[in-house]
Amino acid sequence: MSLISAQNLTIVLNGQTVLKNVNFSINRGEIVTIVGPNGSGKSSLLRALIGALTPASGTVTRADNLRIGYVPQKLQIDATLPLTVRGFLNLPHRQPRTVVENALKKAGVGDLAKRQMVDLSGGQFQRVLLARALLNAPDILILDEATQGLDQPGAAAFYRQIDDVRREMGCAVLMVSHDLHVVMAASDRVVCLNGHVCCEGTPEIVADAPEYRALFGTGTQGAFALYRHEHTHSHDHDPDHDHDHTHCDGAH
Amino acid sequence: MLDDFLLRAALAGVGVALAAAPLGCFVIWRRMAYFGDATAHAALLGVALALSLDLPVFSGVLVVALAMAVIVAGLNGRNVSTDALLGVLAHGALAIGLVAVSLLPNQRVDLSAYLFGEILAVTRGDLAVIWGGAAISIGLLVWRWQALLSATLNPDLATASGLNPKREQLILTLALAVTVAFALKVVGALLIAAMLIIPAATARPFSRSPETMAITAAVIGMISTLGGLAASFAFDTPTGPSMVCVAAVLFATSTGMAAIFRR
Repeated sequence: MSLISAQNLTIVLNGQTVLKNVNFSINRGEIVTIVGPNGSGKSSLLRALIGALTPASGTVTRADNLRIGYVPQKLQIDATLPLTVRGFLNLPHRQPRTVVENALKKAGVGDLAKRQMVDLSGGQFQRVLLARALLNAPDILILDEATQGLDQPGAAAFYRQIDDVRREMGCAVLMVSHDLHVVMAASDRVVCLNGHVCCEGTPEIVADAPEYRALFGTGTQGAFALYRHEHTHSHDHDPDHDHDHTHCDGAH
Repeated sequence: MLDDFLLRAALAGVGVALAAAPLGCFVIWRRMAYFGDATAHAALLGVALALSLDLPVFSGVLVVALAMAVIVAGLNGRNVSTDALLGVLAHGALAIGLVAVSLLPNQRVDLSAYLFGEILAVTRGDLAVIWGGAAISIGLLVWRWQALLSATLNPDLATASGLNPKREQLILTLALAVTVAFALKVVGALLIAAMLIIPAATARPFSRSPETMAITAAVIGMISTLGGLAASFAFDTPTGPSMVCVAAVLFATSTGMAAIFRR
């Protein structure tokens, strides 16, 4: 039985259809990565799955008592807000001290509890966000481009941390990412999104692509490599488009 | 013992400072300075409405401030570019309020009392309204403190934790409208936003947690109020503006000290 599933999900934001008839599900312990160009509705899908967006039509079903650990795309803490890392982890529900310290340790930042949030580096900040997501021993960890703003080694180290966490806690992981080489190494399944589900499959299918290997490296190029491999039609980067893409379904 | 008008003024000012300062922290954390302005300026329209309908001024102000706050909060959630729009609303509300008050038939309204407050004319009844309102506003903040902070940090994170950020925003909006309504008598429509923002901004450099910032802001607000009252008495200056002047001087001092210590 799946942890979260979406049936015929359509999402309209400010009059624009950002997602159309999307079907999605993730099972216990599974690692699923969503890739797609900017504006393809990746974040909207995640936000609908956690319940932060109400779909225009379709349904989202979450397993009973599902514990979600959510790491947002970006979290801008205003410099006027004084907040220690420990204080941050105690929001909105106060946690026992040991729980907070364990979560920080698991995320690889056990020594930062007393630091101010606004003083953290990008990599430290993302790890603190990860620690926060781990507090309630989640069934599923949801990460929305959690490595945005990190350099390549920083992003790789962050994903290794996630991998460690998953091995230890056995939670499912759902992430949106541009770092496709990391995706290849870790994911059970890759979902290609561009306003709709373009294609879906095991990373091996994608990894075999010579174009992808040639472009192995920076995130954006990797994303386009995947697109060229999986689709012969051209994307106009408009999530509203409704062209036929049946040939795309042959990917899995 | 409340016979002395200075004592009543001091109590009124302290009540406003206690409620406004912690609320002001949220106003600056959420970058809603204009939100405070728009709500406060709308108060004047509430005065005109109350006087023309023969209602208590407090209730008119509360209703209009609440309406304005809800409108502005709604715009905020829609992700439209709100900066200019908030500017229009804040100053538009003030102008319409000024015109509306001037159009009132057979009314000799002392406009400056509503614009700058008349803390020295606070009655026992006013004191009851101010402290009652302050208790409601502080109570709301204390009750929802953790949830409000979470929603301020990131609405999606709050949702994932099972909170409803829109509800928290509404609670903040309600507290703001109540505070504007009872602070009008003390500092006036033009300077309410100052009593919200300046003590909070002054407290920031000395705070390492949101709680200490709120408490420090409340203390700074009280010092500003009492200092302004004393200055006003000594130099025969208008009381509301004197209080804001003291707060501004404290802010400059605090910011300057922070800059020196950081070096």
